Amino acid sequence: MTQEELLPLILKKDDKAFTLLYDMYSKNLYGIIYNLIRNHEESEDVLQEVFVKIWKNIESYNESKGRFFTWILNIARNTAIDKLRSKGFNNTQKNLSADNFVHLLDDSNKLSNMIDTIGIQEFVKKLKPKCIKIINLLFFKGYTQQEASEELEIPLGTVKTQNRNCINDLRTFLQV
Amino acid sequence: MMEAREYIESGILELYVFGILSDTETEEVSAMAEKYPEIKAEILSIEKAVISLSFSMSPYLSAANYDRIRTQLLAKHGVEEGVVEMKPRSNVALFIGWAAAIVLMIGVGYQYTQLDAVKEEVVVVKAENSDLEKELNSLEIDKQKTESVLAIIRDDNNTVVALGGQAVSPESKAKVYWNKETQAVYIDAAGLPEPPEGMVYQVWALKLNPLTPTSIGLLEDFKANEARLFNVNSTGEAEAFGITLEPAGGSVSPTLEQLYTLGKV
Repeated sequence: MTQEELLPLILKKDDKAFTLLYDMYSKNLYGIIYNLIRNHEESEDVLQEVFVKIWKNIESYNESKGRFFTWILNIARNTAIDKLRSKGFNNTQKNLSADNFVHLLDDSNKLSNMIDTIGIQEFVKKLKPKCIKIINLLFFKGYTQQEASEELEIPLGTVKTQNRNCINDLRTFLQV
Repeated sequence: MMEAREYIESGILELYVFGILSDTETEEVSAMAEKYPEIKAEILSIEKAVISLSFSMSPYLSAANYDRIRTQLLAKHGVEEGVVEMKPRSNVALFIGWAAAIVLMIGVGYQYTQLDAVKEEVVVVKAENSDLEKELNSLEIDKQKTESVLAIIRDDNNTVVALGGQAVSPESKAKVYWNKETQAVYIDAAGLPEPPEGMVYQVWALKLNPLTPTSIGLLEDFKANEARLFNVNSTGEAEAFGITLEPAGGSVSPTLEQLYTLGKV
């Protein structure tokens, strides 16, 4: 099942489509959400909100807006950030940058993760610290290039290329 | 080719997949992806990498969330229940389904008993209706009888003869309505007691000189005749009328000891 095959089913609001959508992306979205919220109950509430938004707004998605995965990724990040703000975290920015996704591995219930994810977790721990930082800000937290450049104190143009190099390391490991 | 290669190496595709480009930049990359298959392929590879990354970074996610979200969508946002769910999820949706079915069945059962009750009621009402019709008919008949009785009694051609009580029953009385025009004779026996079992009143037309009684009829079915108005045979020249109590079927000549009433014309 690819995104292209899944979309028409979701548009039909088919019961099976929800199951497929959930099976394909719930863990990805939950990873993104939990990395921002750092609380299981609230992350689960946000995940529910995200699926409702996907379901309600699917008609507004089209491919010129980017990949379907990208679209739902943005919904997840934005909903989680809205939740943080509504909860009155005044130092949202600080909260957003304090931890990175690698810390999730310590929180994780390792038994729940499939065997094939253990390898990538070990790999992630060995990623260069600057890669962990930049992937954390751009992918997990949705920082713009400008924001990342300020946060990491590196030139704007370097953000893109450094990020690409880090993702390339990951792809080499994953063979994709 | 060079253009595409440079584009890929710039690192913009990663940002495109991450969803952190402006709308304009995003549309531009989408257009480039349509134009260059190698750009599209690169985007898919980057996407695979970050999907694996975010999947493996996710903490434990309880299966209860699936049911919770599914129920939420089902209730508010129209997930169609078209496909049988094969996976053994928790029983919430199943429970709701069964509960709904049971509620429906109870509803149908209730409606059915209601229908039965209404049907029975219709039958009862119909029967009542038919009873009322019968009653109405019998009232109509009674009314007609009363009217004809009145017509008989009020007729101007009537000679009315009052019969007084005699020794055997001093309280008894009766009236004879003798229509000289039609020769019809009616006996109003309302003043007579009910005859004992096996006995019947017999009406006699009398000539006095010499005393000659002629039977003009029996007051049969005394009880059933609520108006106590009896039609008897016509008589020629009667000078008096008498009523005696006789054995059922009547007698050839009156039993004078049982003379209840007597009156002269």
